[in-house]
Amino acid sequence: MKFKSVFDIIGPVMIGPSSSHTAGAARIGRVARDLFGKQPTWAKIHLYGSFAETYKGHGTDVAIIGGLLDYDTFDERIKTAFEDAEKLGLTFEFIPETANTEHPNTARIVIGDGQQEMSMVGISIGGGKTEITELNGFPLRLSGNLAAILVVHEDRSGCIANVANCLAKYDINIGHMEVSRKEKGNMALMVIEVDQTVDEQILEEIGKLPNITQVTRIAD
Amino acid sequence: MDVLFHNVRELVDRANSEQKLISEIMIEQEMLITGRSREEIMAQMDRNLTVMEEAVEKGLKGVRSTSGLTGGDAVLLQAYMKKGNTLSGELMLDAVSKAVATNEVNAAMGTICATPTAGSAGVVPGTLFAVKNKLNPTREQMIRYLFNAGAFGFVVANNASISGAAGGCQAEVGSAAGMAAAAIVEMAGGTPEQSSTAFAITLKNMLGLVCDPVAGLVEVPCVKRNAMGASNSLVAADMALAGVTSRIPCDEVIDAMYKIGQTMPTALKETAQGGLAATPTGKWLEAKIFGGAVVTSGN
Repeated sequence: MKFKSVFDIIGPVMIGPSSSHTAGAARIGRVARDLFGKQPTWAKIHLYGSFAETYKGHGTDVAIIGGLLDYDTFDERIKTAFEDAEKLGLTFEFIPETANTEHPNTARIVIGDGQQEMSMVGISIGGGKTEITELNGFPLRLSGNLAAILVVHEDRSGCIANVANCLAKYDINIGHMEVSRKEKGNMALMVIEVDQTVDEQILEEIGKLPNITQVTRIAD
Repeated sequence: MDVLFHNVRELVDRANSEQKLISEIMIEQEMLITGRSREEIMAQMDRNLTVMEEAVEKGLKGVRSTSGLTGGDAVLLQAYMKKGNTLSGELMLDAVSKAVATNEVNAAMGTICATPTAGSAGVVPGTLFAVKNKLNPTREQMIRYLFNAGAFGFVVANNASISGAAGGCQAEVGSAAGMAAAAIVEMAGGTPEQSSTAFAITLKNMLGLVCDPVAGLVEVPCVKRNAMGASNSLVAADMALAGVTSRIPCDEVIDAMYKIGQTMPTALKETAQGGLAATPTGKWLEAKIFGGAVVTSGN
């Protein structure tokens, strides 16, 4: 079931004009910002399908930039996101693509700040609801209904058990979990959707476990 | 975790067997799924209701979108209504004008509550605030209106689609109108079965509706489609309350909508390439608003 809450249907409260192309786009941008952990200084945004055809009319572009600036769907500042980005030192470019994607409302966001770079693919599935389908080349599916933590780690035995044990110690229940890797023994990614709130201290503890590279939390 | 209903049949059966309103089943399911208290859930819906009220108020004062394509029609309708010579009736035009008001605010990048989407955000509040004047509901009953509508929208979103890009306008305004019809029935004292019938009758009459926004803007024809969605839902609610039934069961209508959406050409699913968007005037408006530029770029 993709839509779990009645507030996915009666909601979100948002700045118009389109739930999928404005609110959903803002959410995709904001998840990218969350995952990156800080404000990027540059962004290249590739738009596909209906996003590519109609992004200007729907304010998809200002909404994604607003999201990258950490604005929520109902934040009036979305309207001035381009100007705000300039003031905050974020340069950006929108690239409409012609390739067909699985979902008509797809955006690939590539962001960076000189030190780090990140690539993420998000889809807007209707009514403002979104899913993240790819992170740094790893396919993944985040429902967005639960809080989630993303753990980048070396593909070594014991990594997954260590992280799960750490969560268990704090009585945090795992609702859904996916592990993927690009190739054997290389970089891997754990996506863990949890029922309880994971606070900073737990994230730090996970980050200190052997072979863990990066830990990020996404609120629902 | 399992849900209390997967389709309209299960929703209606549960309401009947437990002698509860559909809105109550939706509230209970929300509590079950999120683990939040009834008070929290009611309070959040109350806030959404307030956003809807404010959007209608703002639209009735008159707004205009940046493109200039929409705005001001809610004002015209209210003024006409007040002369007292309406042909379709005051409640009908009140609902239509309030639906239009909401979508005019949406087009002007104002704050709205998506029901189920932003492009179809006018139908549910438009009908609610018009029916309110006739039925004099309590605040709680108005909040329940939104939970009833939400229950039907929940089924459509999970079993079919509420996205114009995936299913055309039938998935957006069609769903919204069905949701409103079902909620009107509950507020008017109808049965859960009659809510389901009202939804089915409404959606049956919006099947096949394409999503063809001029210049890709949620303005033309979206604002007026919300007006017609609102009127459709009022008529269907009256039909269901009168005892008219739907030969095709509600869930099968929803399934038909989904299949029609899947076979609908991409040009008619929110790509601004077909339908009204592709008419000479549609194209002319697009060129006038956006000129020739394709790529926007930051500094």
